[in-house]
Order: sequence, then C-alpha cells, then structure tokens
Amino acid sequence: MSTVDWKNYQPVLLPDIKDLYKIDIYTKNGGYEALKSILTDKKKWDGPKAVIEEVKNANIRGRGGAGFNAGLKWSFMPPADGGPRYLACNGDESEPGTFKDRKIFEYNPHVFIEGALIAAYAMEVTTIYVYIRGEYKSYIDMMEKAISDAYKKGFIGKNIFKSDFSVDFYVHSGAGAYICGEETSMLESLEGKRGYPRVKPPFPAQKGLWGRPTTINNIETLAHVPNVINKGADWFKAIGAENHPGPILYGISGHVNNPGVYELPSGIPVLDLIEVAGGMKNGKKLKAVIPGGSSTPILRADQLDGISMDSDSLRTVGSMLGTAGMVIMDEDTDIVDVLWRIAHFYHHESCGQCTPCREGTGWLEKILLKIKNGEGEVRDLDLLLDLTTQMEGRTICALADAAAWPVRFTINRFRDEFEARCTKKSHAVA
Amino acid sequence: MAYEFTKEDLKEIENIKAKYPEVMPATLPTLWVAQRRFGHVEPEVQRLVAATLGLPEAHVHGVANFYTQYYKVKKGKHVLDVCTCLSCQLCGGYDILHHLEDKLGIKAGETTEDGTFTLNQVECLGACGYAPMLQVTNDRYVNHLTKEKVDNLIEKLKNGEELEYEQIKMPQHKNI
Ligand SMILES: Cc1cc2nc3c(=O)[nH]c(=O)nc-3n(C[C@H](O)[C@H](O)[C@H](O)COP(=O)(O)O)c2cc1C
Ligand code: SF4
Repeated sequence: MSTVDWKNYQPVLLPDIKDLYKIDIYTKNGGYEALKSILTDKKKWDGPKAVIEEVKNANIRGRGGAGFNAGLKWSFMPPADGGPRYLACNGDESEPGTFKDRKIFEYNPHVFIEGALIAAYAMEVTTIYVYIRGEYKSYIDMMEKAISDAYKKGFIGKNIFKSDFSVDFYVHSGAGAYICGEETSMLESLEGKRGYPRVKPPFPAQKGLWGRPTTINNIETLAHVPNVINKGADWFKAIGAENHPGPILYGISGHVNNPGVYELPSGIPVLDLIEVAGGMKNGKKLKAVIPGGSSTPILRADQLDGISMDSDSLRTVGSMLGTAGMVIMDEDTDIVDVLWRIAHFYHHESCGQCTPCREGTGWLEKILLKIKNGEGEVRDLDLLLDLTTQMEGRTICALADAAAWPVRFTINRFRDEFEARCTKKSHAVA
Repeated sequence: MAYEFTKEDLKEIENIKAKYPEVMPATLPTLWVAQRRFGHVEPEVQRLVAATLGLPEAHVHGVANFYTQYYKVKKGKHVLDVCTCLSCQLCGGYDILHHLEDKLGIKAGETTEDGTFTLNQVECLGACGYAPMLQVTNDRYVNHLTKEKVDNLIEKLKNGEELEYEQIKMPQHKNI
C-alpha cells in the first residue's frame, strides 16, 4: 500500500503561475538561479562532478520510459578531451498515450532549458539539441522563441554568468516517425538521415552524434534538474515512491471525465489517479488500464487494488511505469479492437531493419485483424504468443519488444474475450 | 515548373547549416523549408534541396521517403490528419474519420476533386487527453472533436480563416 501524500501536493514543475513561459516571469520566480548557483557558487559546487553527484543522489529516473537514473547516465560520459560533446534532448513524444512533454514546452519551457544547461555543464557538453517531433509545430515555435530569449539574456551562449562555461542550444524538428524517439534513431535523424536505430555498443556516451560523446535525456527528466539543484537531492527523494521518487507528469486519457496532464508525486495509487481525473465517464465500470504508454502491459481492473504508479508496485502485477501515460478503458471497450489498433501502430512504425520486427509486427497485425473480423481460430492466439517470443530480444532496438508485450499480455489477461471472438466463425459455419 | 528558393529561404537555409558541424544534418530542416515554400517535396523539389545543400539526390530522396510528414506527392490545400490511435480510438476517432469521409465524399488517403481537402488517418499525435483530434496541414491541432466542431472547421477552412492555437488548461491550474 502506498502512503504517498498526494492530496496536498502543489505542482513544482508546472506550477500554477500565470505566463510562466515568459522568461521575465520565470526569472522573477527564481528561474535560472540553479544555473547561476552551479556556475558561480564555487563553495557549494566544486565543479561538474559535484553536480553529477547531486543529480545521481536524487535518483531522477528517466521519464522517457526506461527509468534509468539520470545522474548515473551522465557519469558514463568519458573525460572531456577538448572536442565537441553533445546533449540530445528527446522531445519526440510519440508513444500512444503519452502527451506530457508538450506541457513543459507550453507552460514552462525555461525550466527544461535550465535543466538542460545544468546537464550540459555537468557533462562538459558543447552543444545541446532538442529534438521535437515535427507534428508539434506549435511547440517547436514556442521553444525557438524561448531559446532565443535565453540567448538574449545570456543564459545560453558564451561565458554564461561570466563563467568559463559556454554552450549552444538548437531546436531540431522531426518529420513524422515514432522510431525517432528511440535514442540512436534520434541521433541518425539529427545527423540528417533516415531514423534507423544503431547497433549498440558502441553506446552514445562513447560514440554518439558525429562519433562524439553524447547523452540522451527525455524533456521531463531534464526539467526536474533545476529543482533538484535548488532544493537538494533529499527534497526530491522525499517525494513519492522510494525507488522511483519525485513528481511525475501523468498523462491520463481514455474514458475518464477530466483527462489531461497532472503533476503529482510518483507512487500514487492507480485507482486514486482515476478519481483525480474525474472518475469514470458516464458512470461506467472500469475494465482495464494501460499504465504508461501503449507498450506497457495492460492491467485488468481486478488487478489494480493497492497498486500504485511506481515501477516496483507495477512490477508485482506484471507491468511497468513507462512514460506514465495512462489509458483508461471502460466496461464497453472492445479489447480485441484495441489490441489490433496497437499492433497496427507498431507495424506502421517499424523501421524495417530487423527481420523479426519487420515481419513479426506485420504478422501480429494481420492475425489480429483476422480475429477482430471474426475469422480467427483459437490456435491463432497461440500462434500470436509464439510470434511474440520470436520477436523479443532479437532486434537492434526495443520497438520489437514494445510491439510484442501488449500482444502477449493482452491475450493472457483477456484470453476469454479473444477466444469468444475466435469461435464465432466456427459456430456460424457449424 | 522549375522550383527555386527565394533569397529569404536561402538565408534561412544558411542559418540552419550554422547549427551543425556538417551539411547533412540540414537535410530535414531544409526539406521543411522547401515544403513550406512549395506545398510538397515532389522529386523535383528533392533535387532542388540536394543541389542547394550539395548532397546526393539519393540521400535527400531516402530521407524524404522515410518521414511521413513530407508530402512526396501534391496534396489538397488542407490536409486533415485524423488520429485514430489508442486513446482517439477509444474516444471516437473513427467516428470522426467516417464523418469526414461522408462529408467530403472521399475515403481516408484521398483528395477531394476540387483539390481543397486531403483526408488521412494517422498514428498517435500526442494529444491523447484531448481526443478525438486531428491536425491540419502539419500545423494546428484541433481537439475535443464532435461532428459539429468538424463541420465548423470545414467551413472555416473553406472561408480561408486562420486556425488559432487551442490552449488547453492543465486541470490543476486556476490562474492560467
Ligand atoms: C521505439 C522507442 C521509442 C521511444 N520513444 C521515446 C520518446 O518519444 N521520448 C523519449 O523521451 N524517449 C523515448 N524512448 C526512450 C529513449 O530511447 C531513451 O531511453 C530516452 O530518451 C532516454 O531519456 P531518459 O533516460 O531521460 O528517459 C523510446 C524508446 C524506444 C525503444
Ligand atoms: S527492432 Fe524494429 S524498429 Fe528497431 S531497428 Fe529493428 S526493425 Fe527497426
């Protein structure tokens, strides 16, 4: 049972301050103080390593889906050698159910910019790119403006706060490809190529953009950094779930009355979160929840008692926090249709480099379409499950796994509904 | 028709190139400049982009083909990209798509005879909480769609009205 005190929580990442997106309002509310502190307060911050230590202690687990400790990732960058080094900020945000980073671009772009600048200082990065999905044209425009304002104020550019730290910061627009959210695909796209994920190793910290050391972080991950610097790692760790601490931007969609993005502590009980979002629409009963984006295993309503939104708790029922983009489904939802649509998505987005993924996603979609149309047989379900095991862990990137999990877990957890659909035809024929 | 960039375009492309240590990374942004100028990136335009950047045509062609937002063939004046993915599916995205198909007399993937509208069905646009929704010609999102809202939108676009950015408040916010 979670004891997270979320009822009295006040947002700190996206606080309720009018016009906070404007740089003057942001600085009036303490903005860029964290950057100033690490660059000028040498007593408090004994160089880049001290910043990495603080962030590592805070245990900001990557908000892009994989949940890796941000400070620890930063520490993997090799020692600076005088050449270029990069930070690539991931604003591709394309996993179905996920729509949170755009709220940062819109409401508080400077907290992200400041976080990225602090990360750049900590890793001795020379250029920052923020990669934003091309569909977010409105947010790309907003970010261009915010970055240009920060340049004008001297927060980006040469000798920031008269220190010897200099860095450039650019926006790079995508052009429609979910796969470019995968970090090495994003690097290819930044280099002006098709977004084919790279084989790892070498890892980006060794060989990233143009063969140089590069770190990739999600927008929300970086946006948490200024608060960690200002208030300390212990403050961050005291919020929410012990092993997955801090505030989280929960994106809630589907059959609830007030869908939207909510900033709340990690570890909030799933059922409470549904209440926060206004409860079930039209007084319907809850059927299922996808907790963190379309690739995270679906949970039946009867699995959710006492389960909270943190990786440990979700693991006990066989799911994951992912991007914390939670999709709520009511009793009328046709699970077979839903799974077919998810399979269609991954098939459409597979880059086609690896045979198990290219062929596998195609077969998953094809068989599910057959079942959806009432033309499937029960043994098709086992064929689907078999296919998922042939796709998993055999490919260059994790898209194949992301496509396989929903199929496996949705069939396992709603097998009766799939079987009901499969026998339809044989009854009709008989 | 021979395509040419304007002086302003060329200046913008120079600014783009300055962001990167090499020329190739300018491929995606320059394709964007081209598409905004000409409305599409048909092979002729791809060749212009390649020549302007001094990159192989095959490279520009491969990139243009990989990314769905580049129009490799001419589209209608307004492109309606209707999301039918997960959350939009749950909230009636297909009803919106079918309503548009009936209204415009075309199927998803087609363009009206007068060339005013192209209708597409697309993957998740990252607006899941505001479903069902669509995007207009790679730019504005139109959220919380109902059939009435769709009908209004079509009228607006026919009348040449600009679409406003739809700001959606965070549910926790009172001041903004
Ligand atoms: C197919 C695929 C798509 C992904 N899409 C995104 C995305 O849109 N945004 C994102 O931040 N991370 C995405 N990721 C995760 C990134 O590869 C990477 O782990 C993340 O950006 C690292 O940042 P973080 O450690 O701060 O979370 C994706 C991963 C895969 C395999
Ligand atoms: S797993 Fe799929 S998306 Fe990833 S590299 Fe292979 S084919 Fe491409």
